Parts: sequence; structure tokens; C-alpha cells
Amino acid sequence: MARDSQAALVALNRFGFGARGGASGDVLNAASDPRGFVKAELGRPNRVLLDVPGLQSTPALGKAVFDYQFELQQAREAAAKSAAPPTAGEGASPQPDAKAQRRNLSLNGIAMEMAPREPQAKPAENPAAMAPAEAMQPNAPKPPPQPLNIIQKTFRAEALARLQRAVITDGGFAERLVVFWSNHLCISASKGGLARMWAGSFEREAIRPHVLGRFADMLKAVEQHPAMLFFLDNQQSLGPDSRAGKNRNRGLNENLAREILELHTLGVGGGYSQDDVTSLANIITGWTFAGRLGQLGAPGSFVFNANAHQPGAQRVMGKIYDAPGVAQGEAVLADIARHPSTAKFIAAKLARHFVSDDPPQVLVARLADVFTKTDGDLKALALALVDSDEAWRAPLTKIRSPYEFLIAAGRLLAQIPNNPNLYLAGLTALGQPLWSPAGPNGFPDTNAAWLAPEGMKLRLDISTQIASRLAEGVDPRDLLELAAADTASVETRRAIERAESRQQALALLLMSPEFQRR
Amino acid sequence: METTMGCCEETRSLPTSRRAVLLGGASFAAWAYLPKFARAADGRDPRLVLVILRGALDGLATVAPIGDPDYAGLHGAIALSSSGPNAALPLDNFFSLHPAMPEFSRMYREKKAAVIHAVATPYRDRSHFDGQDVLESGFAGPGRVQSGWLNRALDGLPKGERVTSGLAVGPITPLVLRGAAPTVGWAPFALPQASEDTAMRLLDLYQHRDAALGAALKQGLALDKAAQGDDMKPKPGAGGVAAMRLAARGAARLMAADDGPRIGALAFDGWDTHANEGGSVGRLAQLLGGLDGALAEFETVLGPRWRDTVIVVATEFGRTARINGTQGTDHGTGTVALLAGGAVNGGCVIADWPGLKPASLYQGRDLAPSTDLRAVMKGVLQDQFGLAEKVLAENVFPDSSAVKPMQGLVV
Repeated sequence: MARDSQAALVALNRFGFGARGGASGDVLNAASDPRGFVKAELGRPNRVLLDVPGLQSTPALGKAVFDYQFELQQAREAAAKSAAPPTAGEGASPQPDAKAQRRNLSLNGIAMEMAPREPQAKPAENPAAMAPAEAMQPNAPKPPPQPLNIIQKTFRAEALARLQRAVITDGGFAERLVVFWSNHLCISASKGGLARMWAGSFEREAIRPHVLGRFADMLKAVEQHPAMLFFLDNQQSLGPDSRAGKNRNRGLNENLAREILELHTLGVGGGYSQDDVTSLANIITGWTFAGRLGQLGAPGSFVFNANAHQPGAQRVMGKIYDAPGVAQGEAVLADIARHPSTAKFIAAKLARHFVSDDPPQVLVARLADVFTKTDGDLKALALALVDSDEAWRAPLTKIRSPYEFLIAAGRLLAQIPNNPNLYLAGLTALGQPLWSPAGPNGFPDTNAAWLAPEGMKLRLDISTQIASRLAEGVDPRDLLELAAADTASVETRRAIERAESRQQALALLLMSPEFQRR
Repeated sequence: METTMGCCEETRSLPTSRRAVLLGGASFAAWAYLPKFARAADGRDPRLVLVILRGALDGLATVAPIGDPDYAGLHGAIALSSSGPNAALPLDNFFSLHPAMPEFSRMYREKKAAVIHAVATPYRDRSHFDGQDVLESGFAGPGRVQSGWLNRALDGLPKGERVTSGLAVGPITPLVLRGAAPTVGWAPFALPQASEDTAMRLLDLYQHRDAALGAALKQGLALDKAAQGDDMKPKPGAGGVAAMRLAARGAARLMAADDGPRIGALAFDGWDTHANEGGSVGRLAQLLGGLDGALAEFETVLGPRWRDTVIVVATEFGRTARINGTQGTDHGTGTVALLAGGAVNGGCVIADWPGLKPASLYQGRDLAPSTDLRAVMKGVLQDQFGLAEKVLAENVFPDSSAVKPMQGLVV
């Protein structure tokens, strides 16, 4: 039994988001056939798609945001024409300590979000009942509630759909793969309104359908997605000798081409040169998306703008590409998607994510081999990982990322999020704001990144917050059984049993090595 | 068996006219459903505050039986003494109070505070969780009940005469106040951070299981401390001394209002003193000082309402009579309950004292419980709110008819 439980934890924690609380029976199910448990999700392809009513396609979202921005602009212009210029300082809001406060509010918020509705629902039935408490803090700032704009609403809806899926899904392997690929081929919502609007649809459209498909297909979908083209500025890139380039006296932007080679496929040292970057940048000029007026196609959809495309043949990695139009770039992507450097780069990254910061080289080599032999079949790659003994034998040394940690807590406590804001705030506090990495290389994936002093202190605060609201009605001793079964260490078991309150016991459980490591 | 009986002289029989009568209408619509139990007989408007000390208070360190010949030997290095620096504050010729509680001592001398010693809930095992369940649920054993006796007491007040809402202080409603009767919540801090105690326990766990997590957390805590500076700002976390005062102040302010809640519950953490408990100074002394300050805060902020107030301080169980190998105490049974407030018929230690001879100790370890904490609670509820004994025995503390309400606790 002991070994089965150990394997169950690998199945649930290393490959998933941890065991769910309640009556899920996750540990038992995983223990009876650990590898089968992990693979089962891959057999249900719908698991990687996220078809949630109300979530719209990228063009529809693009049209909505173009219209919104157009209205704003018109309103501004109208106001500028009719009204006197606003007095300086009127709009400036004093915000001393705004940053410090935000952190606190967000932590508090996480627990609020995770809290069960019933106990705290009373004030809502009698909303004014809290008034005296508020009156006790007369200085508490009360910003007037601002209606959410279309971008904020969309981002929250997309985030909620993803969070809910992660919390309720069986084990979570498919969803973990989505998160992995979405981070490997990331955009950042912090780039601006369009990126924020499209962060969710980018993942739904360009990542999810291909997570168990072919890497080449995912790569093409990603590089042609409006969100990526916007994020890495390709919509601004003009072939120097294209009609538009000549007319506008503007030219090439290498951003997307460089990241395709360096981050998305071959990897640093993957055998490409600056000339290859420039050539690829030339090749993908004209890859853009249609604007509000839709002259080239439906607003917000990928289009090839021949006017912006650099004419002529280009050499990339020693091969000449002379196809006309969009096919030229597609041919390059198809080739570098199956390049040996890509296979190695992705194999190493996948093993580092799932197994350890320094994964066994044998495993990496085997995964690269599978990638090559199956022509980038990502399902075969995932299965090879699950089938590898290394992945089951390696000790659970990786610390959960903030996202994995918060989702795991939500799962163990059986709290399906119904408001994303507080998870989002927690992720931001812990340094992993959803869909918003600092750069195109995505969030880091090592213990060094997440096992930082401030991060650990914040995790403890967040765990305490969650526990202070959720510990009633649960027995942390039972939760430890659900989370770790008989693999829980004597010390952790004892720390939880001896905690002086349920709250403290739950906080200790959420912070225990059994819960933090995977 | 040595016996020190309750010495409250003015034990009064309770006039039946002390029943709840609704006084007028609430002045604010928002508070229309709040308790008004003003008593017709004497015009009093009683209030009850329950302070739960989570972690199991060492009753023998709080109210030390210095007159018991076995006490000093059992409590060893942390035993209180009636002489020397930080001498214990004598309550009578047998019991002395911890020197960190001068306010409670004053209230006691003013006959506005009392001690019930060798008290325990019906729980006889040693799990905090289960012990707290019993303390708060009001049932005889642990069992995942989702309502507490204080809430059922609110619910048991005469229909039509009550406007009830209990005040739950803290981020969650404690079990004792959960149930059918409405409660309002108030938390003194936007963000209670992890208490130092939790952090220490976690560091200890990491030390044994995961050095890397431990090193990072340790550094994070140190950085955080440095960033906050050593100012006197109350440290968030339920255990902090200043935090106890703040929680009490906020609760008292709410309960002092004409239309404020009449019943409130607070919980203070941090009483699980397995190691380095300290004697007249040290960790427990700090906590008791915080509790003392909280009681004083209630007195000050409640103002005229203090006259009608009873505060009950209770904990899930006590600690071993003999100190352990790490200058602390382990989970025990008998402990103290403290009463404070203008409505308390005080100035006495009430105890059917079992003695601390080895043969007298419960399981050879603990102060043997000789008083059921439910008797204390029942007595207070009956005196303050006129709850019928039948309601107390059947609804508030189910199946407790054998436990009679303690008489004369309230003036």
C-alpha cells in the first residue's frame, strides 16, 4: 500500500494539481492504477478544450475591443472640442501606500474568495449589519465602484473559466499540459488592452486544441494568432522592400522572429544565427490581424497583408524558402518545428517542468527521441513522460508554482471559484500574475524562482488567510489523509495533530512539504 | 481532599421577574434585529462576552494554588511564588494570580471578577480540535455539530421579546456562535498574518523534513520583520498582545452601542505552551498580559455598560500539572475559567479543590476536574438572560440536565 500511495501522489501532484477534497476518492483511484489514472485524461480530448458559454472567439473579442476603443476615442475628441481643459490635479488621485495596501487586500481577498458562502453570507442578508464595523474605520478609503469595461470583464471571464476547470478537473494532467504549453508559447496580458482581451482566447484557440496534437500545428496556430502577433509587434513589421515599407518609410521588426527561434523552437544555442533571425523576420512580414474597419478580413482575425510582405526568397538555417505569401513562413515553421534542436529544447523543458530542475539526461534524450520519431506528436510525448520510470522514481523536490499551489488548495478544500479576482490577486502577490509573465520567455520553472524568502513568507500568510476562513467544518487530519494518505511524514502528521487550532493545523498542512512539493 | 469553596458571600436567589423584556424600537433600521434584553426589574441591559483561549490554558500557572503543598514541586521552575520579584498576586490565602494580570486582580478586589478552578468541559481526551468542538458546541462529546451553544442560547430567548444578533469577532464566526440565530462579524485587521507561533511550528517541521523550505521561510520572516521595523504597531496575528487589546476594543465599541450586539465571542490563539512556557515572566506571562489588557479594554470602552456585563474566559482544557522536559506543560484536563465584569458577583475563587497529590491527579497527570464548565455557562446565561433551566439543559447544552446552573455568579 505504501508504494501505491507514493505512486498515487506522483500521479496527483507531479502530473496534476493535487487531490481533491470531498468525496472525490482521488488518492484511492490514483493508487489503484497510477499511470492509468494520469493517462486517462489524455484519452478524453475534450478535456483540453474549454468550451464555456459566453467565451467568444478572438475576432469577436477583437471587434468588441476595437469598437470600445473607438467609442472612447470619439468621446475624448468630443470632450476636447466642447469642454475647457480639465484643471490640473483634479484627476490625480492621492495614493500613498497604495502598493502596500494592495498586497494586503489581495491576500485577504484570496481567503474571502475561497471561503464558503454560508458563514459569511449573513451580512449580505442584512447588509447594513456591517455598518458599525465600517464606522469603526472612518478612514478606510471607499472608492466608488467602477463598472468594468469590456476588457476587464473579458479577462475575468476567461480567468474564471480556466480556474474552475483547474479546480474541478479529475487529476489535472491535461490541464497542467495546457499551462505548460501556454507558458512555453506565452503572450503577456500586460502588453496592453488587446493582449488582455485576447489572453484567454489565445490559450483556448492556439494552445488547447493542440496540446494532444502536433507541435507543428500548435506552433503555426500560435504564431498566426492575433494575440501573439500583437504581443511581439509583428503587426508593425513591414518588409523593407514591400509596397507598404517603401511608402511608409518603415521596416522590419525582428521581435517575433527572434522569439520563435530562441524561445519557441530551437532554443538559445539551437544553431541559428542573426541572419536566420532577419530572414525569418522578413518571411513573416505581412502576418497581422485585421483592424476595426476590416479592410483585409474580419476585424480581429489573422490576415496576410501582401502589401507589407517582403518579396523574394529567404535563407533560413541553410535552406532556401521561396514560396509566395503566407506559405513561405508556414514552410519555415513546419521545418523548425521538427528540428532536432527543437526536440531537445522541448524535451528538456518538459522534463524540467514535470520531474526536476535537473532532469535525468536519459529521460530528456528519450523524450527528444519520441518527439523526433513521432514528428512532434505531443500526446505521444506526454505518454512517454508518464511511461518513464524516471518520472515516478524521482523524489518530489519541485516546489509548486504559485498557480499550482492556489489551485491545489482550492481542490483540497473543495472550493470551486466563482469569482476570479481573488485568485488573480493572490497570483499577482506571489509573483505569477495570470497570463502576464514579465517577458516572452514565460514564468520561470525552477525552485530557485519560487522558493524565495519573500515568496515563502507570503505563502504562509496566504495559507493562514485561507485557513482562518475555511478551517471550520473541516478536519485537517482528514485533509492530510486526502492530500498525502500514508505518505505523510510523522513530523507533518504530528505538527497537524498538535496544532492548537483547526486554523493553525490547516495553515500548517497547506505549508507542509507534502503540500508544497510535487 | 482539600477544599476551598466559593467565597462569594452575597449569593442571591434569582427573582423570577428577571426575564427579558424588549425595550422600545431599535434606533437604526440596520440594527433592527439586535438583542434588547433589558430587564424590567432593575433596568439592566445585560451583556455577555465569551473569550476563548485556544491552545489549552495552564490554569495552574494562571491562578496558582500556592497553598497546595504539591504545587511548587509539580510546576517546578515555572511555578509562581508569593515572594520575590514578580510575585504572584494573592487572591485568597490559597490561590494567587499570575503577576501579569494586575487589572484582573484589581477587578477581583473590587468584587467584579471571579475564578472557577479545577473546571473542565465534559471532554476528557487531549486533542485540541475535539476539545474546542466540545467547548463550543456545548455537546458532551466531539461530533461535527454545526452550531454552538451561544448561538442556541440566542435562539432560545423568548420569541417576540428578542432582537438577536451575536457578535463574532475575527475573520470567521467561531463555532460557539454559529447556528440559526443571526450573527454579525467584525474583524480587527484587514489581514491577520500568520502568527509567530504558526511560523515557529512550521520552521520546526521544515527543520525535520525540508531544510530548503525552512531556510527560505526563515529568511522571509526575518526580512519581513526588518521591513516592518521594531515599532510598537500591533503585530497582526491573533496571538499578539496588542492585537488582543485591539480586538477587545473593537468588540467593546460595538457592544457598547445602544443598539449593539449583547452577546459576543472572541478567540485568542497561542496558549499551547509545550515548551518554554515561562513562569512569572516569559511567553505565557505575555499572553496573560494581553488577556488582562483586553479585559481592561472592555471595562473602559463599555463605559456605563460594563455594569451589566459578564465576560467569561474559557479554554478547551488544561495542561499537565507537572512540567515536562522542555520547561513547558503538555495537554491536561482541569483548568480555570475566569469571570470579569461589572455584573459579576466576584471576589472569590470557586473551587471544589481536588488537590495535587499524585493520587488526586487525573490519570496521574492533570489537575482533576471537579466542576463542569457547563454549570458556569448555564449559571451566567440564566442570570444574565433569564434562560430557563429546561432550555439550557435540552437545547443550549443538550443532555445536560444533571449539570445544574451554578448559582450566584451574577450580581
